[in-house]
Amino acid sequence: MKREEVGEVERAENEKQLVEFPDEHKERLLMSGVDLSGKERSGSFIQKDTQILLALARHAGLEVMPIAEALETHEWLAEYFWKAVPADADAYTKATHREKEVKGVFVRAKRGVKIPFPVQACFFIASEHTAQKVHNIIIAEEDAELHLITGCATPEKFGSAVHIGVSEFYVGKNAKMSFAMIHNWSSDVGVRPRSAAIVEENGTFISNYVCMEPAKSIQMYPSALLVGENALATFQSILYGRGNAKIDVGSKAVLAAKGSRAEIISRAVATENAEITARGEIVGNSAGVKGHLECRGLLLSSSAKIHAIPALRASHSDVELSHEAAVGKIAEEEVRYLMARGLSEEEATSFIIRGFLSIDIKGLPPKLASQVQKMVQLSAEKLL
Amino acid sequence: MLEIRNLAVEVAGKLILKGINLHIGEGEVHALLGPNGSGKTSLIMAILGFPEYKVVRGSIKFKGVELTSLTTDERVRLGIGVAFQRPPEIRGVKLADMLILCKKTRQKKKETGETKAVEGKPLDEDVLNAAKRLKFSEDFLRRDVNLGFSGGEAKRAEILQLLIQDPDFFLFDEPDSGVDIENVELIGEVINEMLQRGKKPSQRRKSALIITHTGFIFNYVKADRAHVLLDGKIACSGMPDEIIRQIMEEGFEKCVRECLTKENT
Repeated sequence: MKREEVGEVERAENEKQLVEFPDEHKERLLMSGVDLSGKERSGSFIQKDTQILLALARHAGLEVMPIAEALETHEWLAEYFWKAVPADADAYTKATHREKEVKGVFVRAKRGVKIPFPVQACFFIASEHTAQKVHNIIIAEEDAELHLITGCATPEKFGSAVHIGVSEFYVGKNAKMSFAMIHNWSSDVGVRPRSAAIVEENGTFISNYVCMEPAKSIQMYPSALLVGENALATFQSILYGRGNAKIDVGSKAVLAAKGSRAEIISRAVATENAEITARGEIVGNSAGVKGHLECRGLLLSSSAKIHAIPALRASHSDVELSHEAAVGKIAEEEVRYLMARGLSEEEATSFIIRGFLSIDIKGLPPKLASQVQKMVQLSAEKLL
Repeated sequence: MLEIRNLAVEVAGKLILKGINLHIGEGEVHALLGPNGSGKTSLIMAILGFPEYKVVRGSIKFKGVELTSLTTDERVRLGIGVAFQRPPEIRGVKLADMLILCKKTRQKKKETGETKAVEGKPLDEDVLNAAKRLKFSEDFLRRDVNLGFSGGEAKRAEILQLLIQDPDFFLFDEPDSGVDIENVELIGEVINEMLQRGKKPSQRRKSALIITHTGFIFNYVKADRAHVLLDGKIACSGMPDEIIRQIMEEGFEKCVRECLTKENT
């Protein structure tokens, strides 16, 4: 067969797999913000285990490609590879670096192009004992606007697997990029995302992370390096730990240019034997920078644990950094208040937890924000 | 409608209410006055059935049903509503969520209603109109309930929730304390409306117990009967105007003393 013919066969095979995606898996992906129909999405990327089933851009000025193909197409891309995330950062980045056949997605919004709908990227693990290692590069060039929603999931009843995802985000001058990542893992999956963003002058980077399902262990510490004046970064995380989940999630912002700002917000709920460590770090080393860290935790069982570890580091006299952290159980008084309006004790408790988890999702297009919010609420309803 | 007999209540092992007798009939509004620490709020909490207010003796009947073994929400679904003196702040729960909850409680009196979070759901017209009546903008309803509310806003928000819940029996805990005169006037007007005070006494169906230590609210709401609570006991009952005037002018002790003298002669 000729090369094109091989490509054709492969495409047909991938399409068949997409069509034959079982309904229960589709459901699971929907809960992670991924709609296989591609409705109201400007682009889609679907990877199952180690196989890329779809990479599709539906808007002029938008590129969505398997990363290997992008590296062949764009010579300059090599420069962006392992620039925000160092290859030798830890065992997981090293393992990804060693991969011969690099998988993952490349997304680029070209200069000045505002992509109307979000681009969705899906990393689904369907086969047990898979080690899914991906390397993603996301670029919003000067004056561009790009919204990305990433859903990572396994089937609900599932054995062990590992997901390692290196993601590098490059936000150009005056560009805006938002990134919503929703995880729906099963209880025996280890998850190690390694991501970092570099934000240039007047650029905005917004990251929203939602994890409502009980992975065995999640550890991540995404960071944003603000190198351009007046750049802005926001990190929001909503974490719900149950079972024996160990979740260690933090966000870090380095305010390295004049007037740059960052906000890090997290909400953590721990029940059963879950242990959540919610970290946050803001480094201010330029004039007129501002940063705020807010970290709230709710403990629902006496064997659950939450560690809130906020850190501020200032090395310039003209910086304004602040943090608030609060961890506790549900206030009895709040439960009473709701009972006095007609809710049973149980209903009142879940009402309060759902409220606690419903932070305003900032920076996303309103429709996407309400979708993310709805997914949080749906997961909460399922749990409570 | 509400019949309290020989009620004794303990909080943390300490006897707070020491034998209360109180009968509030359908359509009646009663005032309960008394100095701080006399047990006024404890009486409200005991009627609502909050667990740390332990009934050690006596009974509370509402519409003929004994309340003392029921949970708070069961009592509320029988038709009791309360405006708290100091409502708690709940992060992430919007005032609008509370209003939708109150509406469900109104519609589902006596049933167990499932209540889901309502983020982003549009509010019904009647709820919006009620909010407007209490001078709340739609934006304000999207705020976390009681978080950063001024004294007046918190009181109006409590009254608003009751306006929507529309219970048969109202408990007001200091609706007039820490509120400026304009707000007291507005709150008074709305309370009159909710309690059907515009109707003839025989046509009124709503009852209330209003607690106050300032008595300001009675410039706007006419009570049918007043009681003075002192050291866990009702020391004196009578016509509201007379009792309130005496307390305002001469204080609680003197009022009670005169009251007792009158009863003995």
